[in-house]
Amino acid sequence: MSRLAEQEVAGDALGAPASGEEGPYDGLRIRALTKSFGSYTAVRSLDLDIPRGSFFALLGPSGCGKTTTLRMVAGLEQPTSGTITLAGEDITRTKPYRRPVNTVFQSYALFPHLDVAENVAFGLKRRKVKDVAAQVEAMLALVELETQASKKPAQLSGGQQQRVALARALINRPEVLLLDEPLGALDLKLRRSMQIEVKRIQTEVGLTFVHVTHDQEEAMTMADTVAVMNGGVVEQMGAPSELYENPRSTFVANFLGQSNLIEGTVRRRDADLVTVDMHGVTVSVPAHRVHTDGDRGWVGIRPEKVLIGEVGAELDAPGNTVPGGVITDVSFVGVSTQYLVRMPWGQELQVFAQNTGRQRMFAHGEQVELSWRPEYAFLLDASQDVAAGADRVVG
Amino acid sequence: MSVEAPAPPRTPGGGRADRPARRSRRPRGSVTGYLLLAPAGIFLLAFFVVPFYSLVATSLFDPSGSDFRGYEMTYAWGNYVDVVRDYWGPLLRAMAYGAAATAACLVLGYVLAYAIAFKAGRWKNLMLVLVIAPFFTSFLIRTLSWKLILADDGFVVNTLQVLQLLGDDGRLLATPFAVIAGLTYNFLPFMVLPLYASLDKLDPRLVEASSDLYANPVAGFFKVTWPLSLPGVVSGTLLTFIPATGDYINAELLGSTNNRVIGNVIQSQFTDANNYPVAAALSVLLSVLIVVMVLVYVRRAGTEELL
Repeated sequence: MSRLAEQEVAGDALGAPASGEEGPYDGLRIRALTKSFGSYTAVRSLDLDIPRGSFFALLGPSGCGKTTTLRMVAGLEQPTSGTITLAGEDITRTKPYRRPVNTVFQSYALFPHLDVAENVAFGLKRRKVKDVAAQVEAMLALVELETQASKKPAQLSGGQQQRVALARALINRPEVLLLDEPLGALDLKLRRSMQIEVKRIQTEVGLTFVHVTHDQEEAMTMADTVAVMNGGVVEQMGAPSELYENPRSTFVANFLGQSNLIEGTVRRRDADLVTVDMHGVTVSVPAHRVHTDGDRGWVGIRPEKVLIGEVGAELDAPGNTVPGGVITDVSFVGVSTQYLVRMPWGQELQVFAQNTGRQRMFAHGEQVELSWRPEYAFLLDASQDVAAGADRVVG
Repeated sequence: MSVEAPAPPRTPGGGRADRPARRSRRPRGSVTGYLLLAPAGIFLLAFFVVPFYSLVATSLFDPSGSDFRGYEMTYAWGNYVDVVRDYWGPLLRAMAYGAAATAACLVLGYVLAYAIAFKAGRWKNLMLVLVIAPFFTSFLIRTLSWKLILADDGFVVNTLQVLQLLGDDGRLLATPFAVIAGLTYNFLPFMVLPLYASLDKLDPRLVEASSDLYANPVAGFFKVTWPLSLPGVVSGTLLTFIPATGDYINAELLGSTNNRVIGNVIQSQFTDANNYPVAAALSVLLSVLIVVMVLVYVRRAGTEELL
């Protein structure tokens, strides 16, 4: 992740610059961008700063407005209001063919009547660039398709077509390369290898990539910065690890990985620690991981951060032992074991235990105690839907 | 286009390998194909091969024969020389009128088909019905109506005269313009429908992709939309040019004796002069010319793979 991105993210998770200055910015800047289709608002007053040279992912479920945002940046959709600036230049109303932006389309949209080399050369020829043949050759080498140059797109496999689409966009050296779920049509194994390939190419060419996806794993493995979109707005933006470790909303907590969210009442707020009563058990949450001002909230903890032990056993976590759990389900998945534990207040919590061999496996119906280190817990606003984002499509 | 190594089968070990085995197990499969072809084959034999053979034979009869005295087969290849010498004017005129009408149909039809395919929205089906609607009335009646519309004292001519676009004794009827306009009108649906079929199949995302790749709307049209609609252009122009070149109704009703085309000559030789060998020679000549032109055209358009 570039340093610039870290600064931006540190400044404000919603992407507005920390100082509020609107001076020349060499990346892609989106301000108050709104797109309505009739009475439906696809994108609602979106602000984003995407630093030059970064690999940025817009992550969200289908219908969250991410593709519409991408199409507005490409110029294929006119915004209802708001501005888009690129390297300090306002491109909001610029025609798509005059923007230094190229897109890798979801369906690739390769020209079926042109061969691979002609597809890749298309953009250069329209701009009357010299030396097209040599550039096409170099680009085909980059995506390892030199031998396929004279084939038609229909003669290629899905992964090869995807690489042609990438080459066709990349060869123009755009200020920003937009990728609209480009790996969605590939099978899982090919998708994983293409993720690595695309990431390698981005590092090699150093261009700004904006990647739209609904696959949280894809976003986290590829991008420096991820913006999680839902209902036309950005819920949270940051480095993948930051989003995962410290989500600010129930949607992000559930959409990125899985979370246990337990109802709690705030007892005391200190400078660096907030104490929460959770169905009679007192737990503490670091102040910077508390994202609500209310008296009530959702205590969040990732399943792999929950420790499980026999009743009365010493757990590697200072304080905060939650007693009274009963195991209701055990799934052995090799590297780990996933437990469902029913708590005294009726809720079932998920626990992922690494199979390190230090601990025996628990069986269905056994009494257990749970615990976690306070620094891994987070507290979310009670007004948010506890199930938001939980029904995500696992891509 | 040269097709190189075929794409590897999607599922390794599936389909391909066991197909020949299945065929040998059921030898009757090959008979089924011929049985299915038989009805069309018999139809073609009875209504194309036999009549065409008869036509070619007639064209080689002794031209001095008549209905009364009967005809004699003399392999009179000279008939062909005679018809070219006597009727090269109407022959060329038919080609020229056909080509002009095809060009006019292509321009008008492309715009219309494009509008129906991309801009008509929910009116698409209604517009397609309207394109076909003229077929509900007889070809002859519609052409006769044009005679009224283009008449010397008709509304169109009067208006053009008021606007000084046409001289006081200028006319539209009985001019090449009227013949070409009539052909254009009558054959426009044959151009619009294949063009529409091609354009409707065109993925609009390809046009978006071209504009994303620095192609302005004009370049996008000529580099993406036009080449991808070529199958429609080729079949539309063939479906228009072939019947328009052979048509004689439009020249008969909307033209004058100066606008006689090869169709008029064939018609009068068959029905009025009863000169069957000449009429047959002209028919065979026209057919052969059109087939040769079509072959050259399709080869030049390079759309065999797209058709």
